[in-house]
Amino acid sequence: MSDTAAIETAAGATGLAPWFWPGIVLLALVAGYSVYRMAAIQGRSWVGMATAALFGAWVVLFWEVLVRALDVPRVLLPAPSLVMGALWDHAPKLWGDFVQTVGKAVLIGWALGCGLGFCVAVAIDRMPFLQRGLLPVASLTSAIPLVGVAPIAVMWFGFDWPSKAAVVVLMTFFPMLVSTLAGLQAAGKLERELMYSYAASYPRTLLALRLPAALPFIFGALKVNATLALIGAIVAEFFGSPTAGLGFRISTEAARMNMPLVWGAIVVAAVTGSVAYALLVALERRAAFWHPSVREG
Amino acid sequence: MATTKTLTQRIVHDWLPVVVVLLAVVLAWYSAAWGMNAQGAIERVLDEEAGYTQMELFEATMTMERPLVPAPHQVAADFYESLTEWPIDSPRNLIYHVIVTGQSTLLGFAMGTALGLLLSVLIVHSRTLDKALLPWIVASQTVPVLAIAPIVLVVLGSLGFAGTAPKAFIAMYLCFFPVTVAMVQGLRSPQKIETEMMYTYAASRWQSLWLLRLPAALPFLFPALRVGVAAGLVGAMVAELPTGAQAGLGARLLTGSYYGQTTQIWSALVMSTLLGLALTGIVAGIERLVLRSRGAK
Repeated sequence: MSDTAAIETAAGATGLAPWFWPGIVLLALVAGYSVYRMAAIQGRSWVGMATAALFGAWVVLFWEVLVRALDVPRVLLPAPSLVMGALWDHAPKLWGDFVQTVGKAVLIGWALGCGLGFCVAVAIDRMPFLQRGLLPVASLTSAIPLVGVAPIAVMWFGFDWPSKAAVVVLMTFFPMLVSTLAGLQAAGKLERELMYSYAASYPRTLLALRLPAALPFIFGALKVNATLALIGAIVAEFFGSPTAGLGFRISTEAARMNMPLVWGAIVVAAVTGSVAYALLVALERRAAFWHPSVREG
Repeated sequence: MATTKTLTQRIVHDWLPVVVVLLAVVLAWYSAAWGMNAQGAIERVLDEEAGYTQMELFEATMTMERPLVPAPHQVAADFYESLTEWPIDSPRNLIYHVIVTGQSTLLGFAMGTALGLLLSVLIVHSRTLDKALLPWIVASQTVPVLAIAPIVLVVLGSLGFAGTAPKAFIAMYLCFFPVTVAMVQGLRSPQKIETEMMYTYAASRWQSLWLLRLPAALPFLFPALRVGVAAGLVGAMVAELPTGAQAGLGARLLTGSYYGQTTQIWSALVMSTLLGLALTGIVAGIERLVLRSRGAK
């Protein structure tokens, strides 16, 4: 870390060359034009991803250059190279945090919460009375800051991952319930009447028609819940955790003003979230390839 | 549908199930308080040597000083006391915290909505931005911004920004995403025939945005605003967690968990629930007014 700090002070000490700002403007024009040309390429499937990647790369480059040139204090905004360095230096520690937060709390909580939400939705699908009672209440829970139960969960389940998983279960349960119920209503009247004319039983109709028709809704909830679960677990760790975990790392290192490592932990969380999201999208494409919402886009 | 029903029928059909579900929740809460507090009550309140009846045990679990699970009536009493026994500007009055949290939520919500509208208009009108920005906007939500909240506060605090602004910034970050995504969808929702009609009228881009795309996007906008305001509230509350935040519902939760004041945690949770419902209710009311004036059902 010390040598990069030396470079930084050196860059700050020499002051800015007179050609610096025109150079930056020129580079910005080049960047904008390259992204523009990239986006204009017609009819290739990889163009979207490549454009986004190019744009991201330019942003990181400018960030690095500007932070170094203007000598922005590290506490405010560490340069990307510093963050990468922190990631590299503290890889084992961050891996331990990842296992603690994502491997235990998030995965278990997410699976339990989504599974429970799904099962309850299928169970009350047959009882209109319960549906009419639960649905308004469940929809209202989206307006409630459920993360607030974290301190209570810590009191009940202790500092380790079960308390985080409990928060995650609570946060993911309701979106899944509401989405699954909405999805079960999604099958068209025509198709339902076809099933009826085949004298198909209720479970048969559920398996052959209504659950497949509900897949986009279910996957939508799974995707939203992946992000929610990550956030829930990390915030729950602010209220008390063992000496590992992404939330623990962020709060302790922020208190010590060790910003590169804080940003490193954030990068780990962000990459985890993006990968989970991408995996679920891929899974959805495999599972619901026939559905219009997937076919068209 | 519902218009043909008498009032009584409507009450039985729509409201009875909800009331039943809510009663079940209260009952479950009471039994949880009874079950989870029993151990503590036996150890701390009752005299084990002399023996006790089940009735005494039940009473003890309902009236403990620092219960694991406060009974609903204890929370209600604490809630009422906080609202009536202290002046509004006292930190012991929950209304004071609601005002603090509500301010940053609403400010962040306004900023986030404005940013979301701006971004969505830009994205719809520029293919370059569409391909370069939209993936990053989606990815930005996998960054657990709540985790960055403490850092943002520390950084902005060192720059001399304290109070509402940093918290509103966090709330904004959470608000802008649903608005952006829904508005991109909404601005693209007019059918080809409608856009072609604008073209035959030789309408400028600006006119077709103002006369066609924006009105068409309204039904997409409001659900996103409801989600956004709830997300903003969570953001504002979590931004209050880092040390230094003296006021707000989030700070109230944290102090409650530090000092083991369970009843205080629960009443703060109830208050944040009410605040969340009030905010989404206001947005829903505005939605109804706007869509009705536009001749929707």
